[in-house]
Amino acid sequence: MSAAPKHVPTMAQAGLLDRLAPWMPVLLVPIIMLVGLAAIPSTSSWLTLTVSGLAMGMMIFIMASGMTLVFGLMDVINFGHGVFISVGAFVGVSVLLALGQMTAAPSLVLNLLAMLLAVIAATIATGALGWAFERVIVKPVYGAHLKQILVTMGGLIVVEQLIVVLWGPEEIYITRPEALKGAVTFAGAALEKYRLVAVGMGLALFLAMRYVLRSTKIGLIVRAGVENGEMVEALGYRLRLVFVGVFVAGSALAGLGGVMWGLYQEVITAHMGQQMMIMIFIVVIIGGLGSVEGCFIGALMVGLLQNYIAFLEPKAALISNIGLMVAILMWRPQGMIPVVKAK
Amino acid sequence: MLVKLLSGDLPRSKLLTAILVAILICLAFAPFLFPGIRSVDTAARICIFILLVASYDLVLGYTGIVSFAHTMFFGIGAYGVALACSHMERGFGALIVGTLSGAVVAALAAFLIGLFSLRVRAIFFAMITLAVASAVAVLVSQLSGLTGGEDGLNYKIPRELTPAFKFGGELLGVKLNGKLLNYYVVFFGALMLFLLLLRIVNSPFGRVLQAIRENDFRAEAVGYRVIAYRTGAACISAAIAALAGSLYAIWLRYVGPDTVLSFEIMVDILLMVVIGGMGTMYGAVIGATLFVVAQNYLQELMQVASGAVESVPLLPDLLSPDRWLMWLGILFILSVYFFPTGIVGRLRQDD
Repeated sequence: MSAAPKHVPTMAQAGLLDRLAPWMPVLLVPIIMLVGLAAIPSTSSWLTLTVSGLAMGMMIFIMASGMTLVFGLMDVINFGHGVFISVGAFVGVSVLLALGQMTAAPSLVLNLLAMLLAVIAATIATGALGWAFERVIVKPVYGAHLKQILVTMGGLIVVEQLIVVLWGPEEIYITRPEALKGAVTFAGAALEKYRLVAVGMGLALFLAMRYVLRSTKIGLIVRAGVENGEMVEALGYRLRLVFVGVFVAGSALAGLGGVMWGLYQEVITAHMGQQMMIMIFIVVIIGGLGSVEGCFIGALMVGLLQNYIAFLEPKAALISNIGLMVAILMWRPQGMIPVVKAK
Repeated sequence: MLVKLLSGDLPRSKLLTAILVAILICLAFAPFLFPGIRSVDTAARICIFILLVASYDLVLGYTGIVSFAHTMFFGIGAYGVALACSHMERGFGALIVGTLSGAVVAALAAFLIGLFSLRVRAIFFAMITLAVASAVAVLVSQLSGLTGGEDGLNYKIPRELTPAFKFGGELLGVKLNGKLLNYYVVFFGALMLFLLLLRIVNSPFGRVLQAIRENDFRAEAVGYRVIAYRTGAACISAAIAALAGSLYAIWLRYVGPDTVLSFEIMVDILLMVVIGGMGTMYGAVIGATLFVVAQNYLQELMQVASGAVESVPLLPDLLSPDRWLMWLGILFILSVYFFPTGIVGRLRQDD
């Protein structure tokens, strides 16, 4: 009989890299910022680019979060998500144009009130549309990915054409409310006010979403549903209702993102949602399908990288996002923060 | 002989057979049956789209993965011919080089995309192809030095394929010129590649693809490498789509982002597959024929209908020919719900 192998407890701490590994996705955002700082010659332009990158990332996050949650919860892949962005933008911008006097006045309170009204109108419209979309288009094709992709794509085309019928085929130009025009100067860098507002709103929404998901009962049910839906249903919760709620909330968020994006670009078209979908897919894939945190990190990375590269090498900006996605998928094929399914 | 040519995959329905034979005859003698520039152009478009849709059906209907990059592959083939023709000496050499390099590049691109997405989840493929295809479309319209940008490229094809080349006089009232030869290049090219596709889906390889579509987990358990088969199908389909693109480029003598790369074409292809019937090559024939004919002639009908309801509010807007895409979208959703097997599936059921 051979002697049992000796077990000597190792007291040595794991290496720094090993300990950092789980935090790697979170660290990637500051790493990109630092690389940007090193690559961009002037600090003030770096600051401007970083703020616009963060603003862009936050807006993409707002638009993408609903889609990733819907997928995580019900395994429904909604290729028509982009249409909520367009509808939100058109409704919101119509409200803002109707409230022209309020937006043209140089008072911050009136401007914010007009924005608030526009956002409320947009979220209500897209929330309602999301509810209808879920009822009519998505519900009959649960569990069949192939059909989901086809049918939601069809839905996207139809609603997009309806926008053209209702608002006309021309793009609509919009100027930002008076108080949000222009820029503030900070450390020699010009920071557009609107972008700062967008960063603040995005951050607030992310924290609110995190709070709801982590610290409330409904959030607990949603997270449990993502991991093991059958078990949650066996415990007596009607997951279908929760799912419809998440779908509506996700659509409303997309509508909100649409208004913000429309004001950011200062022009809206019926196709804008479809164009944003490409960005959203990239973000959702690199973040890990179904993960809100991954989506947030992915959105910030895409926003920052896009802005840095557009500054350094304008032609390469078109494919920088694809490059980022390829790199991330080579590193983690399931995305940065894969969602663990207990199935 | 005929059974062998169709790889043993017969239409299995009398009505379907009749329709297919009618389409084949119409296409084979299109320049003589329907003389006129527009109708011959429609016939050539039908040939090319049958091939394009059939190659798409190989991934969507037979393998069960959704790709949104099919127009990208189509465009790669078209631009391959266009670039070769504009940079090389005028002649058949340029056509062959352009066609082959287009097919190889398309297959390589499909291989790379498949490598990144198919090993994880089949739905990743749908999203990644959409992202890559749109990036390529933007890239093509931006790199105007190479691709001509939004304006596209005009180029010269061998003189033997242009209307300027005349041989003999007239046959059945049709002038025998290079355009006629060009049509038959398109027709026989599409026919041969279609038969090749039919051969592929009825081979052991094709059977494995269908097994994967039905249940990928079991297929893997039986011992087939699902990823390898899926990637293989994507590559073959991409190469054939590129060849269809090359034929289109030879026929049109022009390529541009709108004609070969736009997302609208992708939507058209999806509709043709679904309406014709997924998972059967004959669906592609029916779907493409129906769709191209409707696209060319139904829009005029919508114009008339729109004019007829002019006094009613909103209705003229809904019926205007520009809203053609919306009605297609509705038709598309309804056919996915109610006729998942498409026209071909319906016809086979009735027999």
